[in-house]
Amino acid sequence: MSIIEIEGLTKSYRVYQKKEGLAASIRGLFQREYKLVEAVRGIDLAVEQGEFVAFLGPNGAGKTTTLKLLSGVINPTSGTARVMGHVPWKRENAYRRRFALVMGQKNQLWWDLPAQESFRLHQQIYRIDPTDFARTCDELVDLLGVRKLLGQPVRELSLGERMKMELIAAMLHSPDVLFLDEPTIGLDVVAQHNIQTFLKHYQQLRRITILLTSHYMKDVAALCQRVVVIAQGRIMYDGSLDGIIDRFSGHKVVTLLFPTDRVPADLERYGQVLQVQALKVRLKVDRAVISEVLGRILAAHTVEDVSVEDPPLEEVIAEVFSLVDRPETGDGAAAAAEVAS
Amino acid sequence: MVARVITWWTILRICLEERLVYRGDFVLGTLMRFLPIVTQIFMWYAIYESLRAAGQSEPRIQGYSYHEMVAYYLLTMVVRAFSSMPNLAASIARDIRDGSIKKYLIQPIDMIGFLFLSRMAHKLVYYSVAVGPFALVFFLCRDYFAGWPDATTLGAFVLSLVMAFLLGFLLESAIGMIGFWFLEVSSLLFIYMLFNFFFSGHMFPIDMLPGFWRTLVEIIPLQYLAYFPSAVFLGKIQGPDLVYGLAVQAVWVLVFFALNRLAFHFGVKRYSGYGG
Repeated sequence: MSIIEIEGLTKSYRVYQKKEGLAASIRGLFQREYKLVEAVRGIDLAVEQGEFVAFLGPNGAGKTTTLKLLSGVINPTSGTARVMGHVPWKRENAYRRRFALVMGQKNQLWWDLPAQESFRLHQQIYRIDPTDFARTCDELVDLLGVRKLLGQPVRELSLGERMKMELIAAMLHSPDVLFLDEPTIGLDVVAQHNIQTFLKHYQQLRRITILLTSHYMKDVAALCQRVVVIAQGRIMYDGSLDGIIDRFSGHKVVTLLFPTDRVPADLERYGQVLQVQALKVRLKVDRAVISEVLGRILAAHTVEDVSVEDPPLEEVIAEVFSLVDRPETGDGAAAAAEVAS
Repeated sequence: MVARVITWWTILRICLEERLVYRGDFVLGTLMRFLPIVTQIFMWYAIYESLRAAGQSEPRIQGYSYHEMVAYYLLTMVVRAFSSMPNLAASIARDIRDGSIKKYLIQPIDMIGFLFLSRMAHKLVYYSVAVGPFALVFFLCRDYFAGWPDATTLGAFVLSLVMAFLLGFLLESAIGMIGFWFLEVSSLLFIYMLFNFFFSGHMFPIDMLPGFWRTLVEIIPLQYLAYFPSAVFLGKIQGPDLVYGLAVQAVWVLVFFALNRLAFHFGVKRYSGYGG
């Protein structure tokens, strides 16, 4: 049995549509127009114990809503979900003691007190055995290298330090399932890297199951074996990170370096010219014809160096997202179908 | 059970620590609350003096002499130190609006119980600082009192004081939870404060009120937040009336306890149904 099982999960919100201007605001006092926002439109997903899964998707795709559903903060409109056998939105204590949710933009620590006081509070709230607590706390504090900061009021910590403390607080009760919503948002490269290293190490050490949403492709590339792309409330892709490129990118990038001081003018006939930089040219070439095109280029021109690469992951993903967000498409389903085909 | 007591104690202790962070603001805030006492005493003095000037030798307003009036006022100060919950409703409504309420849904903890403990810590710290000024004021004004009441009256007073604390807490948290439905409760809160000011007996003894208004304050629970415990201390309510009064106060506590649980249950349902 999978540790997380989701079937046909949907969530719609009713949102008050406020029109522009004062007159409209006054009318809004008496008669309100609501719009139904379908944040999640039918998600099926199974996650096995010990998996590290990333949710990718543009803003408003339904990633955070899904995490909120799984942590029981909100009830679904329809569909079912079970995490470790519990229905999350029943909010049973037995479930709440076994998972944690960390949101990069919200803090749970007591602002005016040192982090260790919040930890102590968590020990009591989660009824953590004192010896377990001391051991887990020590382990986490050393892994994240924040021992010296334990006695400082949280308000005096930097964003990165605070995020580390948030992670410790969330993991003191040794959750089996961890939901991370943008854990590295706003952090500098070093802090991002620290947190990545920590998550990776800890996940392997304890074999816990983690669901992560992030906008930083580096987070995802460093941590997750499995990527779920969500857009318009639907799952568009579920598989490995590399698989995204195979699936969504129909082209490769060919980089050519010419020996003379003259770059041939008619390169457009081989593919779209992405960039010309001195003697270096980057071409976008259809995957299907790549070997044939390469043959033609090498036959027609003297080339000093050539390389063929997959397009950068960020670009592919941005392309997938922009396809979905295209305004003229209107219906997300059509766009999703288009991308998936 | 033991585990639960330790949990409560830890929460209480951490809330205490938090309250003590901003020492300066805290001490100043506590002491400034004593300032109105002086102005109130002078105000009643002026009113009674004008009655005296008009020819009354022992002026009384609705049965209250000047001394009784000041004694009553000082006692409501004490009672309100128990029953007033500054900022409680507003902070609950704010947590609902900005989503901080999530932590009570995610963690295995009861929001109302947690807030109650944190408010208790709040009060304990307040009393520990305010006990000095209170003692001083009562010492200086000792002549306004007839003397210590008997043990039964004192016991009844303490009981009604504890229930005033419970009722004050439950009333405000219930108002805060209206935020689940309306998001913004500040106007509502303002109306509540206004009612509280006049109908709890904070401003003047409510048994002064005539006809309809008297009936109104008898029906609504606000009198138990200031008037009732003070009147008990002054020995104005005794015998069967005292037992009846305490019983009604206890019933109000239970009613608002139930209302709190209901508001939280349905409020969270609504919150989690619509978003967050």
